[in-house]
Amino acid sequence: MAATALLDRLPVDRADARSPGRWGMVLLITTEASFFAYLLFSYFYLASMARGAWPPTGVPALQLALPNTVILIVSSGTMWWGEVGIRNGNQGRLRLGLLVTLVLGLTFLTIQGVEYSRKTFTPASSAYGSLFFTITGFHGAHVFAGLLMNVVIQVRAWLGHFTARRHLAVSNIALYWHFVDVVWIVVFASLYLTPRLG
Amino acid sequence: MAITTAPTASTDRLTTIWETSPGLYGILASVDHKTIGKRYLVTAFVFFLLGGLEAAVMRWQLTRPDTHLLAPEVYNQLFTMHGVTMIFLFASPILSGFSNYLWPLMIGARDMAFPRVNALSYWTFLMSGIFLYSSVVIGQAPDGGWFAYVPMTEQAYSPGLNMDFYALGMIFLAISTTIGAINFVVTFFKLRAPGMSVNRVPIILWGTLSASIMIVFAAPALTASCILLYFDRRFGMHFFDAANGGHPLLWQHLFWMFGHPWVYIVVLPAIGLASDMIPTFARRPLAGYTFVALSTITTAILGFGVWVHHMFATGLPQLATTFFSAASMMITIPSGVAILAWIATLWYGRPVLKTPLLFMAGFIVLFVIGGLNGVMTAPVPFDWQLTDSYFIVAHIHYVLVGINVFPVFGAFYYWLPKMTGHMLSERLGRWVFALMFVGGNLAFFPMHIAGMLGMPRRIYTYQAGLGWDTVNLITTVGAYVFAVGVGLFLVDFFRSLRHGPLAGNNPWDGSTLEWSVSSPPPSYNFAVLPTVRSRYPLWEDRLGEAPRGGGAAVPVLDDGRETFGTSALDSDPEEVLRMPDDSLWPVLVSLALLILFYGLLLSLWWMAIVGVTGVMVLMVGWFWPSRIPTRETALSPREP
Repeated sequence: MAATALLDRLPVDRADARSPGRWGMVLLITTEASFFAYLLFSYFYLASMARGAWPPTGVPALQLALPNTVILIVSSGTMWWGEVGIRNGNQGRLRLGLLVTLVLGLTFLTIQGVEYSRKTFTPASSAYGSLFFTITGFHGAHVFAGLLMNVVIQVRAWLGHFTARRHLAVSNIALYWHFVDVVWIVVFASLYLTPRLG
Repeated sequence: MAITTAPTASTDRLTTIWETSPGLYGILASVDHKTIGKRYLVTAFVFFLLGGLEAAVMRWQLTRPDTHLLAPEVYNQLFTMHGVTMIFLFASPILSGFSNYLWPLMIGARDMAFPRVNALSYWTFLMSGIFLYSSVVIGQAPDGGWFAYVPMTEQAYSPGLNMDFYALGMIFLAISTTIGAINFVVTFFKLRAPGMSVNRVPIILWGTLSASIMIVFAAPALTASCILLYFDRRFGMHFFDAANGGHPLLWQHLFWMFGHPWVYIVVLPAIGLASDMIPTFARRPLAGYTFVALSTITTAILGFGVWVHHMFATGLPQLATTFFSAASMMITIPSGVAILAWIATLWYGRPVLKTPLLFMAGFIVLFVIGGLNGVMTAPVPFDWQLTDSYFIVAHIHYVLVGINVFPVFGAFYYWLPKMTGHMLSERLGRWVFALMFVGGNLAFFPMHIAGMLGMPRRIYTYQAGLGWDTVNLITTVGAYVFAVGVGLFLVDFFRSLRHGPLAGNNPWDGSTLEWSVSSPPPSYNFAVLPTVRSRYPLWEDRLGEAPRGGGAAVPVLDDGRETFGTSALDSDPEEVLRMPDDSLWPVLVSLALLILFYGLLLSLWWMAIVGVTGVMVLMVGWFWPSRIPTRETALSPREP
């Protein structure tokens, strides 16, 4: 009968890039990206309205920020490496990829903490300080959220929850991690590089 | 007919699978889109009554000159809470209520794409409303106007908790709005019944889809601006502080980047409601379906390019204001397209003048007036004359009452019988309409004149002899007539629950799928999920669109909570989706959020940390799979 034929043809929860869960993550990332766009708009708006030099405290140094950027980009690569692993059913590669990503993410946050402690200004000292700490702080919070997701997925990976065909949660969290990475590149370019252009 | 009834559908079995559990657990854990939709409608309507009460008190004060019943501080709180309530806690959530209830029924699905997110969206809306209104209880309600311009709302000039309630409440509510919007977008693209390609969906889906896409991009602007405001106030930051490198106009830019799209967010779904009701009463398909659908999308895009017209009087460069002035005039075109489509539908149809159609007619009239007095202020010089006067108050009320409240009341008369199973009274309905239409115009039209005569908005009283006495008296009378209309509607509603005649499946002879099921619909919506072959499934016979041949038989999905996942544009079946059961996670997450926001409000950081940690722990529980796929096939017994 036709009805049974259709049912046999259809997978239950195909859990791939076309599934609702994936759409949900893409939209969440879209709205988060918009949030950062508005924060960066605030940065450039106040920069364009500034009467004195911008940034008023001098151009931020690249000493720590540049290596940190490299660390985050590499962590995107390790996340991708792990995800490709599970696509081929390689549990060990997924676990290792997630673990290395977690370590790199933690390193990023630590280095950012060191950079914060070396700043001569605070969020309350000027509008620039407010912008710098708010924008990088919200990015840091997103890195932290990504790491929490990483931990949960990691536990599930060690429990063997994922297979070559069913690993939507891994793909979603990997996508989120790449997003956090891309946002950092834009934030880095805006806060650290554009002041060097003028 | 699109509805194939297969004899194999066991409705008992489906009821067992889909019915919400009884008792307190069921109340807190329900993820049924119909329950959530009704909760949205009731909660938003309660806020509508609260906002109306605030307006009634203000109008009492303004009836005559030199009245000092209310102190200026109290009046400030009243107009701010009136605006916040009507714009954020009523106008948008009431439409979410309709969309939540109707979408799955209209698209032939059994629930929304993310039922638990749907529940979270509702609970968060409720909690943020409670959060905002707790400010009234302690007498420190927001008092800086609904758009909260700095520097007035900075700590130095507003030292109480008032504006902290505002900033945090808006962020809280934005969470609800955003996840709700994401749910709508995914539902639109993934859950439509087989065969319901994008050119066959009811217009309300286009309206709510456009609005939801706008929310995804616009809501973060509100979140960002309110976070910056909170940081300025609480931590002494300087985003809006001109003395330390900040700029007050940054607030206005961010707020209106959100605020103007918001106007269309509360309008587009209402345009959808109207576009789906008018054909039923015109007894013919909507004229220009494609144009109306595209006009909602066009409005959504253009809506992002007009925010500066709220800021013409702030001394921006002339080139900028000219651009936004032109954009503001351009955006009238898609609205005009929709209006012409409705008029053409009625013109070429055989209109049946029932209460919902009366509200639609009122809506079209008010929409035209609200559009005209809006486009009047699009040219910069005219705007300079009238900005911050009662003319603007008249405009916003024509727009929101005309394009939101009237379609919503029409939709009550049209769809409440589907939800309650009982018809409302046609006779009382005509009175409700008459009182609201006459009262509304009587209240809001004289505001134009008051504005032209120089009456500024938001003053708590005025002197005699300025020529504003009569217009204000008329406005107050009109406002109370309007309120009587709303009261009569409540009488009609409660009367109908007991005495209203039974509605049956399709009391209006409507064309869309929700009318193919019983009123109220069963918990599983459709025993056999429908296959759609045209835009008006229930009118296929008479429109001569009856399908050739038998069409594919559709299986009963009754192996647990299941519905179809279909392709984004053509709606070809792609998968069977497992839907979640009742769940306590949503209400618990929203409670944790409430704890977080009270912690932030009161600077009780330990409490905020408890809230955040709670949210994180609960989310882990939420997303932990209840069925662990230990084997490749464990979750997919039917896969090839």
